[in-house]
Amino acid sequence: MDNTYYNPADLKKFGSISELQPEMGRKFFDYYGEVFKEGALTEREKALIALAVSHAVQCPYCIDAYTSDCLEKGADENQMMEAVHVAAAIKGGAALVHGVQMMNKIKELTM
Amino acid sequence: MAIPVKSLKAQQHQFADPAYQLDVLRHAGVGENEFPAFAKRLQEHGLYPLRPIGASILQVNVGKMCNQTCRHCHVDAGPDRKEIMTRETMQLCLDALAQSPQLTTVDLTGGAPEMNPDFRWFVERLSGMGRQVIVRCNLTIILANKKYHDLPLFFKKHGMQVVSSLPYFSASRTDAQRGDGVFEKSIKALQMLNEAGYGQAGSGLMLDLVYNPSGAFLPASQKSLEAEFKKRLLNGYGIVFNQLFCITNLPVSRYLDYLVESGNYSSYMEKLVNAFNPTAAANVMCRSTISVGWDGYLYDCDFNQMLELKVQPGTPQHIRDFNLVQLDGRSIMLNQHCYGCTAGAGSSCGGETTA
Repeated sequence: MDNTYYNPADLKKFGSISELQPEMGRKFFDYYGEVFKEGALTEREKALIALAVSHAVQCPYCIDAYTSDCLEKGADENQMMEAVHVAAAIKGGAALVHGVQMMNKIKELTM
Repeated sequence: MAIPVKSLKAQQHQFADPAYQLDVLRHAGVGENEFPAFAKRLQEHGLYPLRPIGASILQVNVGKMCNQTCRHCHVDAGPDRKEIMTRETMQLCLDALAQSPQLTTVDLTGGAPEMNPDFRWFVERLSGMGRQVIVRCNLTIILANKKYHDLPLFFKKHGMQVVSSLPYFSASRTDAQRGDGVFEKSIKALQMLNEAGYGQAGSGLMLDLVYNPSGAFLPASQKSLEAEFKKRLLNGYGIVFNQLFCITNLPVSRYLDYLVESGNYSSYMEKLVNAFNPTAAANVMCRSTISVGWDGYLYDCDFNQMLELKVQPGTPQHIRDFNLVQLDGRSIMLNQHCYGCTAGAGSSCGGETTA
C-alpha cells in the first residue's frame, strides 16, 4: 500500500483531519452528521444520492463507505446501480451538452 | 455464493464445533486491534455481571431439522439434522410452565418447528394453558408438503403469533441467503397467511416479519425499513403484515463460517464492537428469556445454545430441574458474539431493543 495514493485504512482516519484545524474540522463533521439525518429525504435516499455523487467525484473512499451505507440503510443492488447510472448520465450529459457550445463556435467560425 | 445443501455438521466442517467457534471468537483482532472483552464493556457501563430482570419468555428450540439450509443460520439447521425434542421433554416444558405463571409467552423455534412430529400436540397444550405462543415459521414449510398446507388455519385456531423471516422484498437478496426459489414460495405462504386473516387489521392475528442482512453489514433502522417493506409487499404482491423486526446477524455457526470464508470477519466484528450501545446492552433479550434446547438443557439464549454455553453452573441446567427463582438469580453467560445484540439500535428475536 506504500506505493499508492489511496490506502483503504485511511478511510477510518478521516476524523484525524481535525488535528491540524480542530475548529473547522468540528464544524465540518457536525454539518456532515446533520446532512445525513432523516429529514425531507430518508436516510436511505440520502445514502443513494451520496453513492451517486461518490461515483461522479470518483472518490474510492466514498464509494467504499456509501456502498456499505446503502446496504445498511436497506437499499438493494438495483437501486444502487440505478443511482450510479444517474451519476453517469449527468456526467455524460454534462460533457455532451457542451457540444452545443462547440456547435455555436463552429457556426461562428465557418461559412 | 452457492448455498450448500448439507449442514456444517454433515460436512464435518470445523465450524460445526462450538469449541472451535469460541476459539475463533476469542481471537478476533490481534495485537493493538484486539477487541475488548464483551464482559469488560458491560462492566464499564455498570451492567456486569449481567442479571435477568425476570423471565417472561420461554423460548423452546424443538429441533434442528429444517427444510432449508440458509447461509446465515446460527443453528446449522437443515434436512439432515435429526436432533428433535421428544414429547417427554415437551411435557417437562409444560410442567415448568405450569409452576411458573410469570412465563407468559412461549416462543417456538428450530429448525422448522413445524417439522417436529409433536409440534401440534405441544401447541395445543400450550394454548390450553392460556400462554401466548409464538412460532418462528420459515414460510416455505407451509408449501413443503401437503400435510403442512393447513398450518395457517392451525396457527389461527390457537391464536399464535407468526414471526417469519423475509430478508428482503426482492428474490435476489432473499434467495442468496435462504436458497433458490425461497422468495417465491415465501410470497405464496404469506398470501395464504393473509387469507387466513393473519396481518389483517382488526383480526388480532399477528404476522410479523424478520429482516436480517444478506451479507456482512448491519441492519437498517427498523422504522424506515418497515415502511419500505409494507409499501413493496402491498404494491407488488398484495401482502399485509404487522411489524418488521430488524435482527443483526450474530457471528455464530454458518454466519461465522460465511464471514471467515468471505474475508469479512474482522471488519464485521469491528463494526459490531464500534457500534456498542449501552442502552441496547441494558435491554438485551436474555434478561427476560430462558432458552430450552431440543434435549431439555437450559441456556440464556438460542445463540448460547448453539455455542453450547449452558446457563451458569450451579443453577438448574435442565428443564426437569426448572426453578424460575433460581434461574432469575443467575449471571448470564457472555462471550464476544454478544456484541451482535448490543450494536446500534440493538437486536433481539423481537427486533430493535432501543425503540
